[in-house]
Amino acid sequence: MSLWSRIANVFRGDRLSREIQEEFQSHLEEAIEQGRDPGEVRRAFGGALRLREESRDARLVPWLDSLRADAIFGWRQLKKNKVASAAAVLSLALGIGACTGAFRLIDGLLLRPLPISQPERLYVVSFAETNRDGKLERYDSCSYPMFGEWRKAVGAQAELLAISYAERTDLTYTADGEMEKAYRQFVSGSMFSTFGLRPALGRLLVPSDDLTPGKQPYAVISYDYWTRRFGRDPKVIGRSFRVGNDLFEIVGVSEKGFTGSEPGTVTDIFVPTMMNAGSINSSNSFWFRTFVCPGSGVALETLRNKLYASYRAFEQERAKGFTNFPKSLLEGYPRSTLSLEPAASGVSGMQGDYRVSLAALGVMAALVLLIACANVANLMAGQAAARAREMALRVSIGAGRWRLVQLVLLESAWLGFLAAALGSILAWCSAPLIVSMINPPDDPARLLLPVDWRVVTFGLALSIGVVLLSGLAPALRASAVHPASALKGAEDTRGGRRLMHALIAVQAAFCFLVVFVCSLFVATFERLANQHLGFVAPRLLALETFAQPAQSSTYWNQVADHLRTVPGVESAALAGWPLMSGTMRNNFISINGAPPTDVLAFFLRVSPGWINTMKIPLIEGRDFLPSETDPGLAIVNQTFAKQYFGGENPVGKSFEIVGAAGRRTRFAILGLAGDVIYRDLREPILPQVYVPFASVSAQGRAEPRNWATFMVRTSASNPIALASTLRSEVARAWPEFRVSNVRTQIEIDQSQTVRERLLARLAFFFGVVSLLLAGVGVYGVLDYSVLQRRKEIGIRMALGALAGEVTWRVIVDVCSMVLIGAGSGVVLGFMAARYIRALLYQVKPTDPAMLALPSLIILAAALLAALPPVIRAVRTDPATVLRAE
Amino acid sequence: MPKPDSLQGSLDLLVLKILSRQPRLHGYALMTAIQARSGEVLRVEEGSLYPALHRMEEARWIRAEWITKETGRRSRLYELTPEGKKQLATEESRWAAVTAAVNRVLRAVES
Repeated sequence: MSLWSRIANVFRGDRLSREIQEEFQSHLEEAIEQGRDPGEVRRAFGGALRLREESRDARLVPWLDSLRADAIFGWRQLKKNKVASAAAVLSLALGIGACTGAFRLIDGLLLRPLPISQPERLYVVSFAETNRDGKLERYDSCSYPMFGEWRKAVGAQAELLAISYAERTDLTYTADGEMEKAYRQFVSGSMFSTFGLRPALGRLLVPSDDLTPGKQPYAVISYDYWTRRFGRDPKVIGRSFRVGNDLFEIVGVSEKGFTGSEPGTVTDIFVPTMMNAGSINSSNSFWFRTFVCPGSGVALETLRNKLYASYRAFEQERAKGFTNFPKSLLEGYPRSTLSLEPAASGVSGMQGDYRVSLAALGVMAALVLLIACANVANLMAGQAAARAREMALRVSIGAGRWRLVQLVLLESAWLGFLAAALGSILAWCSAPLIVSMINPPDDPARLLLPVDWRVVTFGLALSIGVVLLSGLAPALRASAVHPASALKGAEDTRGGRRLMHALIAVQAAFCFLVVFVCSLFVATFERLANQHLGFVAPRLLALETFAQPAQSSTYWNQVADHLRTVPGVESAALAGWPLMSGTMRNNFISINGAPPTDVLAFFLRVSPGWINTMKIPLIEGRDFLPSETDPGLAIVNQTFAKQYFGGENPVGKSFEIVGAAGRRTRFAILGLAGDVIYRDLREPILPQVYVPFASVSAQGRAEPRNWATFMVRTSASNPIALASTLRSEVARAWPEFRVSNVRTQIEIDQSQTVRERLLARLAFFFGVVSLLLAGVGVYGVLDYSVLQRRKEIGIRMALGALAGEVTWRVIVDVCSMVLIGAGSGVVLGFMAARYIRALLYQVKPTDPAMLALPSLIILAAALLAALPPVIRAVRTDPATVLRAE
Repeated sequence: MPKPDSLQGSLDLLVLKILSRQPRLHGYALMTAIQARSGEVLRVEEGSLYPALHRMEEARWIRAEWITKETGRRSRLYELTPEGKKQLATEESRWAAVTAAVNRVLRAVES
C-alpha cells in the first residue's frame, strides 16, 4: 500500500511540495511565537530546498518522480517544435503501422498454430520431385486408395487424416432457392476428435460417419459460417442443403475459432470424405492432403519410411495402367520423394504463394521504419546539439549522465509512444485491407487476424526498439557534453555531424533497396499485365453454368441461341470452361501412328462461333459447323502446327490420342487458329486443340453434360451490366440450367496477377514513402549543417568565395554519403533479389536499366531535398552573420 | 551536549514513544517535547526531524492530519497508528538490547 501511495504522490507532486512548505512555515511561526530567534530557527532548518527534496523523496518514489519531471519536460520540448515533432511521429507511425500490419499477416498466415489440441504434433505428407528444368516441385495431393494403404501400413502407430482442399461449391437450401457459395472440405470422420475439438452446437463428425461411400450425408458447419449465414440460429441443426445430387443434413456446429486446415480460407462446411463418392475408389484422383499425428514414442522417420514404401509399391502398381504415357516419363517411376512436414500452422496454397511476398513486404516495411528512425535520430541529435549549453548547465549543477540520457530518451519515448498509438490504428486497418486484396474481389481471401498477446507483444517490442534506435545515440552524445567548453560556446559539433552523415548513408542504402525492389515488382506486374493473350478480353462475359440433371449438347446450344437474341449481346458461344480459369485437360499426341511424344497438348471443347466470339484469328481452314457432331474433328493452334507438323499448314491432316487400354482416337484437323494463353500467363504457350462441344459417343448417342460455360460478347463496354439479365434469362427459359458464376474475362485474367498487383501497389507505396523520408532526412541534415556553419560560410563569402564554391562545400559531404549509401544499396539489392526471384517475371535484377532507374530517382530526390538549404547557404549575408557574433 | 547526529537510529524511537504518550502533536511540539523530556540533553534539529516524520508517515507508523487553529493558521498533527505501536515495541526492545550490550561491554572494560 505504501508503494502505491508513493507512486500516487508522484502525480500530485506540486501539492506535496506545497504541503511540506506549509508545514515548515507553520513550524517557523510556532517557534517564533515561543520566543525563539527567527534567524536561528531558519539556520536550524538548513537549506530549505534540500530539506524539501529530502522530505519529498521520503514520500514518493524518487526515480519515478524524476521520470515524470523529464517526461513533462520532453513533452514541452516536442511542443516547441510542433512541425518537426508531427513529421517525426507521422513517419514513425507509418513505419510501425506497416511493420505491425505485416507481422499480423505473416503471423495469421504462416506462424499462428491451428486452434487445436497439440498442433505441434501435426504433420502433413509432402512430395517433392525434380522437374524437367531441374527445379524442385512440391505437391501434397493424395488419392484415397493410396490413403487406405497408408492406414494399413502405419496401423496404430499414427492417426492419419484425409482433409480435402477447401473448395468453393454451389449449394441450395431449398428446392427452388438461389445458388449460394460456400467453402467445403471433405474430412476424415476422426478429424474432430483427433484435433480435440468440441461442438458449439449439436454433434461433430465421428469415425462411424465416414464408412460407406455416398451414404452418410452429414455436415458440420463452422462457427464462423453459422454466425454469418444463420445469425447463430440454434434451429440450424437438422436443416438440409443440396450440393449436386446429394442432400446433406447439418448435424452440428464446430468449435469457435476453428476455420479448417487452410489459413487464408475459412471453411464453411465439413462433410465426411466418403461423400466424395466419385473419387473415393479412384487411384487417379488426387484431391486431399494427408495429415499425420504420430502416436507417442513413435519416431517420425519410422513412419516416413513406412509411408514411402507403401506409396512406392502403390504407385508402381498404378503405373502399369499408364498405356498412353511416353516410356521416358515412366522410367524410375515414381520419382517423388516423400517427407513429413510440420503442419502446426495448417497448410494452404496461399501460404506457399505468399510466404516470400509477405516476407518481402515485411522487410520493406522494416526498412521504411528504419529510415524513419534515422530521420528522428538526426532530428534528436540536431536538437541535442542545439541544447548543448542547457545540457552543460545541467551537468555543472549536478545532474548525472544517466539523468541526461533519460531526459533525451524520454523525448524520443514520447515520439515512439504517439507513433505507436497512431501506428496501431494503421495496423488495425491495413492488415484486413490487404487480406481482402488477395484473391479476386468476388471471392476475397479470409484470414482471422485476432489482436492477442502475440500482436501486442510484437508492437510493444517494436516501439521500444524504435525509441532506442532513434533516441539512444543522440542521448549518449548529449550526455557526454563537456560543461567547460560547451558553456564557452565552443562545443565541438563535428562528432554530431559524423553521426548524422553516417545515418544519411544508411538511409540512402535502405531507400535504394526499397526503390529497387519496388521497381522490380512494378516491372513484373507491367509485363504480366501487358502480356499478349491471343484473344480480346474486354466486353467478354463468362457464365459458368450447371445443368441439373445433365443435358445433351442440343439443349446447351438452344440456350446459347437464346442468349444471342438478348438485346446487348453481340455474340455467344459455349466452351467447356473459360480460358485462363486454371481448368485444363491435356493429352499426349501421336502423329501417323507413332508412339506419343512427351509434349502435352491442351484440349478444350468449344461450340461453333466460339473462336469468333473470343476474336481468336482463324489463320487457315474453317470453324466447326452447327450441324457437325462428329467427335473426331479438331481446330489446332500455331504452336501445335510447329510442334507436330514442322510449321506446315496442318489443315486436312490428322493426329491421334491414346486412351486407356491403348484405344486410339483419331482427329481430323479442320482449321488453324492463333495461339492463345490457355491456362497460365507465366507458362510458355503449349500446343492447343479445340474439339466440338456437341459430340456423340462412339455408339452414336449425344453425350449429356452437366456443366459448361457460356461465353458472351456484349456490345456495351461494361459487360457486367448485362450479368443479372443473362443469369435470369438462362434460368427463366430452362429451369434445368442454373448459372453458378458470372465473371468478366478481364476479371478472370486479373485473378492471375492478384499477387503481382498487390506487391506492385504496396511496394510502390513503400518506395514513395521511403523516398520522401530519405529526402526529408537529407534536407534536415543539410539545413542543420548550414545553420551550424553559417559563421564559416559568412567568413568564406566575405573573403570572396563564389556561390558555386559555397554550394560545393555545403553539399559535398552529404552527397558523397548518399552515393556511398546508394552503392551499398546496390549490393544489398543484388543480395535481396536472389530471395525474390520466384516473384519476378521476365525481369532481371542485374539488368542495367533496373539499376539505373532507382539510382537516378534517389539522386534526383537527394538533389531536390538539398536545394532549399543550398539556397539558404548561398544567400548568407556575411555582414549579418559576422555582426551577430 | 551531544550532537544531533548521536541520535541517529534512536530518533524514530523517541518520536514514536512521545506520540504514544501524547497523541496529536505537531513537528515543533515534538521537537520541544524531546528536548524537555530528555532534561534538555537531547536536541533534534528540524533538518532531521521532518524527513524522519515523512518517512515514518509513508511507512504508515504514524499518520498526519491538518487542523486549522483559531489564528487561522494550519498545522499538521501527528499520531500513532496500530502499526506504529507494534513498531514502537520492536524499537524499544531493540534499544534495550543495544543498551544492555553496550553496558556489558563498558562493565567488562572497567573490571
